[in-house]
Amino acid sequence: MFLIPRFWRKIRYRYNLIGSYCENCKNYFYPPRNLCPICRRKGKIREVPLSGTGRVLSFTVVYEGENEKKPYVIALIELDEGVKIVSQLACKPEEVEIGMRVKSVFRKYGEDGEEGIVYYGTKFIPVNP
Amino acid sequence: MIGIVSYGTYIPRYRISVDEIARIWGEHAETIKSGLGILEKSVPDLDEDTATISVEAAREAINRCKINPKDIGAVFVGSESHPYAVKPTATIVGEALGIGNEYFCADLEFACKAGTAAIQICYAMVKADMIKYGLAIGADTAQAKPADALEYSASAGGVALIIGKSPIAEIEATYSFTSDTPDFWRRDLQRYPSHGGRFTGLPAYFRHTISAARGLMEKYGYKPGDFDFAVFHQPNAKFPIRAARMLGIDTKKIEQGLVVRLIGNTYSASSLMGLAAVLDVAKPDQRILLVSFGSGAGSDAFSLRVTDRIEEFPRNPSVWDKISSKEYIDYGLYLKHRGMIE
Amino acid sequence: MRRVAVVGVGCTRFGELWDKSFRDLFIEAGIEALEDADLEGKEIEALYVGNMSAGRFIGQEHIAALIADYSGLAEFNIPATRVEAADASGGLALRHAYIAVASGLHNVVIAGGVEKVSDVGDAMGILSCAADQEWENFIGANLPALFALIARLHMKEFGTTEEDLALVAVKNHKNAVNNPKAQYRREISLEDVLNSPYIAEPLKLLDSSPICDGASAVILASEEVAKKITDTPVYIDACCQASDYIALHSRRDVLTMTSVVKASREAYKISGYSPKDIQIAEVHDVFTIAEIIAYEDLGFAKKGEGAKLIREGETEIGGKIPVNTSGGLKACGHAVGATGIRQVVEVVTQLRGEAGKRQVDAEVGLTLNIGGTGATAIVTIFSR
Repeated sequence: MFLIPRFWRKIRYRYNLIGSYCENCKNYFYPPRNLCPICRRKGKIREVPLSGTGRVLSFTVVYEGENEKKPYVIALIELDEGVKIVSQLACKPEEVEIGMRVKSVFRKYGEDGEEGIVYYGTKFIPVNP
Repeated sequence: MIGIVSYGTYIPRYRISVDEIARIWGEHAETIKSGLGILEKSVPDLDEDTATISVEAAREAINRCKINPKDIGAVFVGSESHPYAVKPTATIVGEALGIGNEYFCADLEFACKAGTAAIQICYAMVKADMIKYGLAIGADTAQAKPADALEYSASAGGVALIIGKSPIAEIEATYSFTSDTPDFWRRDLQRYPSHGGRFTGLPAYFRHTISAARGLMEKYGYKPGDFDFAVFHQPNAKFPIRAARMLGIDTKKIEQGLVVRLIGNTYSASSLMGLAAVLDVAKPDQRILLVSFGSGAGSDAFSLRVTDRIEEFPRNPSVWDKISSKEYIDYGLYLKHRGMIE
Repeated sequence: MRRVAVVGVGCTRFGELWDKSFRDLFIEAGIEALEDADLEGKEIEALYVGNMSAGRFIGQEHIAALIADYSGLAEFNIPATRVEAADASGGLALRHAYIAVASGLHNVVIAGGVEKVSDVGDAMGILSCAADQEWENFIGANLPALFALIARLHMKEFGTTEEDLALVAVKNHKNAVNNPKAQYRREISLEDVLNSPYIAEPLKLLDSSPICDGASAVILASEEVAKKITDTPVYIDACCQASDYIALHSRRDVLTMTSVVKASREAYKISGYSPKDIQIAEVHDVFTIAEIIAYEDLGFAKKGEGAKLIREGETEIGGKIPVNTSGGLKACGHAVGATGIRQVVEVVTQLRGEAGKRQVDAEVGLTLNIGGTGATAIVTIFSR
C-alpha cells in the first residue's frame, strides 16, 4: 500500500500533529508545507507542534473504504490554531455531533498486510465521552 | 534520591464481563467470579495495540511532570504483546514523544514482569549518572485462547513511569528473585500461550513473589509492618490476598491497588497499574511494597517511599476514575476487537 | 485569438464494457467523431487526450502515443498529448485543444477522453487518488468520504436534505432514458435512492455516480475551416480553467468550490454571457451534492439555495435551466477521463438540435468538469 520510505518520511508529522507556521503572514498550515502558499519565497516557514485540540466542523461515517475497521468516522476538524484537518475519530458514530470538542490520540491506522509494517498516526476522540 | 518522577496510565474503554464469557461457554459465572475475584476485563479497541497504549500512558506521564522529552535518556518497553516480534515498540514510543535520537533503548520480555525490569534498568542508569531521566513502560494487549481459563482475565492496559532524581516516590531498594521455572510460556509463532494449570501457583507465583519480598526485607531490614501499601502482580484477585497473608501483611493494605477485579490482568502493566492506583492516594512518607511476578519465572520487589513532592503532583484522572469510565461489549465484538475473527 | 468551433462529435456507450479494451474504446469514439465531421482523418493536425490513470487501471502509460498509433495518426507523426487532472482530464484536453486552434497553431485538432476501469477491482480507490494521497487517502478519507463531509456541512448550514440530493439522482436517471449512450437508462424513484445503503453518510449508493468504461471525442476547427466542414458549427465562446488547494481541509470555504467560481466568472466575462443566459448545462455530478453546489458556484442559484432549484424543478428538462439532460455522471456513468468530453458531446448535440427525445430549446450551453473535490475546474461556454 504505502512504500516504506514514503511512510517513514512523514512519521514525525503523523505521530504528532506538527504543522507549519509562516512568520511572515502569521498563518498556520497542516499538513506541513515546503513553502508558504501565500507568501511563497517571501515567507518564513517553520515547523510548529499543534495543540491537538479543536472542534468538529463536519463528519461522515464511511462504510465503503479500505480501512480494516468498517464503518469508521471521518471528521473535518478545526484545531484551536484555526487550521483545519481531516482525520479519523476513534469513537462510535452515535457519539459525534457537529461542534463537539475533540482531542488528539495515538492510534493504529492500518498495516501493510500481515507481514508488512504497521501504520500509526493521530486520531481524535471527544473530550467528554 | 532516585525514584519515580512521574507516572501515566492508559486503560482501553471497552469491557467484557465474566458473565458474558461464561454465557458463551456454558460455564457457571458465579463460580468463576468468586473463584477468580474478577467481574470484568478491559478490551482494546480495533485500532489500539501495545504501542498505542504505551504512547498514551507515556504522554500522560510527561504532561504531568512537564519535563522536556529530550531529557529522557532511555526508553524500555516491557510487554508480551509487542506489535512486532522484531522491531521495537520502544522506538515508536520514542518518536511519538519527540525524544530525539539520543537515547538508550530496547524492548523487554519477561512475561508480566518486563515493566518492573524496565524500572530497575532505568534506576541503575540514573544512579550511574548515565541518563537524567528514564522511561519505563509495562503494557500489554494480552491474548487468551477461547474457552481457556485465562480468557476471563487476560486484558489490556499500560503504565509509564519516568525514573529520575527529585522523585515523588523514592526507590529505596529493589531486589529480584529469579529461577528457570516453566509455569506459563508461548513458543515462537504460536498464537496463544500455554500454562501448567495449578503448577502456576505455589512453585511459580508464590515461590517467587514471597522469596523476592522476603529477600528485599531481609537484605534491607524491613518488617511487614513498615509498609502502608502492598501491591502484588494480579493474575486474579485471590493470589495477591494470599501472598499478603503469607508475608504477614494486613490484607487491607492491598485493596487500593487491587484493580484486577474490574479490568482483569493487564500482564506487563498489572502490578504497575496497582502501584499507580496507590500513588493516586498515597501521602508523603508512606511506604509501598511492590512485588511483580513474571512467568518463566521471576519477581522484582521494590520498597518505595513517597516524598513531599507528591502533594503538588497532578494525580487526576485517577486509575479508579479511568476504571469506571467504560463501555460493555458482547463476545462477538470481543472476538472482532481481539482480531480473532475478520 | 480566433474563434473555434466543434465540428464533429463521437461517444461510445458508457458502462461495464467487458468486451471492449482501452484501444477498442477510443477507436470507436474517434471514428464516430470523424464520420460526424465527414473528415478523412489526415486533416487532424494534433491530438489531445484526457485520461486519469491508465497507468494504475491497465498498467499503460504513454497513452497519447498509443492512441495516435492505433488511430493511424502516427503515420502522419502528428503531435499527440495526454493531459491529466483527475476526473477533469477530459475538460483539460478540450481546453488544450481549444488553445491550440485559437492561438493559430493548428487548424483542426481532435480532443478525446478515455478510461478503461472494469478490469480492476477497486475503481473508487483509484479515483480517490484525485484527493491528497498522504493526508486524505492515508487516513481513510476517500472521495465519497470527502464529498460526504461537504454534504453534511451543506445540510447543517443551509438546510439541504437527503431528499434534495436524491432528487438530483432521480432527475438524471429520468433524462438518461432518452440517451442511448448512458450506462443506466432506467428511471429510479425517490424511495429507491433514499433506501439505498449508505456508502459515507449522508451519501448513499444512489447518490454516487458509477465509475465505468467509456470514450468520447470531439473535433475542433478554426472558424474559417469549420464553415467549410459543416453547416452546424457550435462555437466555443470561452474555455476557462482554475485550480484550488488539493485537500478539502485547505479550502477557505469548504462549501464553495472556488475553482468553479473563478473559472465560470472568467468564462462569463470573456463570452459576454451571464448565468441567466445559459440555457443548458452539463455539470459534474460525481456525487449528487456536487450538482447542487455547482448550481450555486456557477451562479444559477445563490450560495445555499442550490437545493431550492432542484426542489422547484427548475433544472429538469422544461425548467428554467435544464442540467444534465444526458443523465449526467450519475446515469451515464463516470468514465473519469472521458466524462469531460462526453459533456461537450451532449451540449453540442443539444445546440445542433440533434438530441431527439431529450432535446431542449437552447442556443447557449455550458459544461463544468471538476477534478477531485474541486482542485481543478474547467468551464466552457458554447453557442450556435
